[in-house]
Amino acid sequence: MGILAGKRILVTGVLTDASIAFHVARVAQQEGATVVLTGFGRLSLVERIAKRLPAPAPVLELDATSEDHLGSLARRVSAHVDGLDGVLHAIAYADPEQALGGRFLRTRWPDVATALQVSAYSLKAVTVAALPLMDAGGSVVGLDFDASVAWPGYDWMGVAKAGLESCARYLARDLGTSGIRVNLVAAGPLRTMAARSIPGFEKFEDVWGRRAPLGWSITDPEPAARACVALLSDWFPATTGEIVHVDGGVHAVGA
Amino acid sequence: MTDQEILAGLAEIIEEIAGVPADEVTPSKSFVDDLDIDSLSMVEIAVAAQDKFGVEIPDDQLKDLTTVQDVVNYVAKNAGSTA
Repeated sequence: MGILAGKRILVTGVLTDASIAFHVARVAQQEGATVVLTGFGRLSLVERIAKRLPAPAPVLELDATSEDHLGSLARRVSAHVDGLDGVLHAIAYADPEQALGGRFLRTRWPDVATALQVSAYSLKAVTVAALPLMDAGGSVVGLDFDASVAWPGYDWMGVAKAGLESCARYLARDLGTSGIRVNLVAAGPLRTMAARSIPGFEKFEDVWGRRAPLGWSITDPEPAARACVALLSDWFPATTGEIVHVDGGVHAVGA
Repeated sequence: MTDQEILAGLAEIIEEIAGVPADEVTPSKSFVDDLDIDSLSMVEIAVAAQDKFGVEIPDDQLKDLTTVQDVVNYVAKNAGSTA
C-alpha cells in the first residue's frame, strides 16, 4: 500500500516530463493516488506528456486567471473523481523580458501584476475553486522558491514567491477548521521549462553546487516530488502554513 | 530508418502540431525563420518525435537543431542507441 492509496489528487502545472508537477503526478500514482491533471495553453503537449505517466490521467484546461475556468473546475473534475483529497499548485508566470533578468527597477506594474496574479493569488483562486470537492478535508501543496532573500535575475518572481508564502499562511489560517492543510515545498533549482525562462539561471546552479550540504542535482526532480507527495499524504496531519525546504540544505547555511 | 523515412515521419509530426503542410517541410528549412515554429511547439515536436522514433532529444540539444535536416541527422545518429 502506498502513502496515497485511495487519494484523489488534482495536479496542476504539468508541461513537459521535466516539470516538477509531472514527477509529483508520477510518484503520487506510484503511491496509489488517482490523479487528474490540469494544463494551460498547450493542452496537446500536456496530453502527450500525460501518456508517459504510469497510469492514464485526464487533462483539464485551467487558466488560473480565468473566472470561467475556475468557476467550472469543480464540476469538470467531478466528471473524473467523486471528490478531492489533495491539490498540487504548480503555477507561476512572469514575463522573462520585463519582470525577470535584472531590470527590477524598470519593470512596470502591468507586468508585476501578471506575475503576482498568476504566481501568488492563483494559490487562493485554485484552492477556493477546488473547495467544493474537499468537504472531508485535504491537503494543498504549492511550489515555492525561497523568498526570504533576493536572488540574481529572479526579480519580480521573487516578490511573487514572497506573496505565495504569505498567501499559503493565510489560507492555512482560514481553511484549518475545514481540515484543509496548506503547505509549500521550497525546492532548489531544477532544470525545467520554467527555469529555462529565467535569465541567468546558471548562477543558481553555482550557488547550489557550492553550498548544499547534501549536494544538489538540478536534473533530479525526485526529492521535490517526494516531499510534495508526503505533504499530500496523511503523514503530516498537524502541519499547515509550513514551508518545507527541499534544497539540499542551502537555506540552513550562510556560505 | 532511412533519412527519407525520418523526414516523412517528422513532416507528419510538424503538420499535426504546427499546422505546416507536410510537403513544405524540406531539409533546408529553418524551424524558426521558415516554418514560424515557436519554442514550445519545438518542445512538443521533440516529444512527438521521441514517441515516434524512440529517440530522446534533450531540451538543451533542441536549441542547436535549427533546421529540419539537423533533426533528421540527430534522429538518424541516435536511433540505434536509444530505440
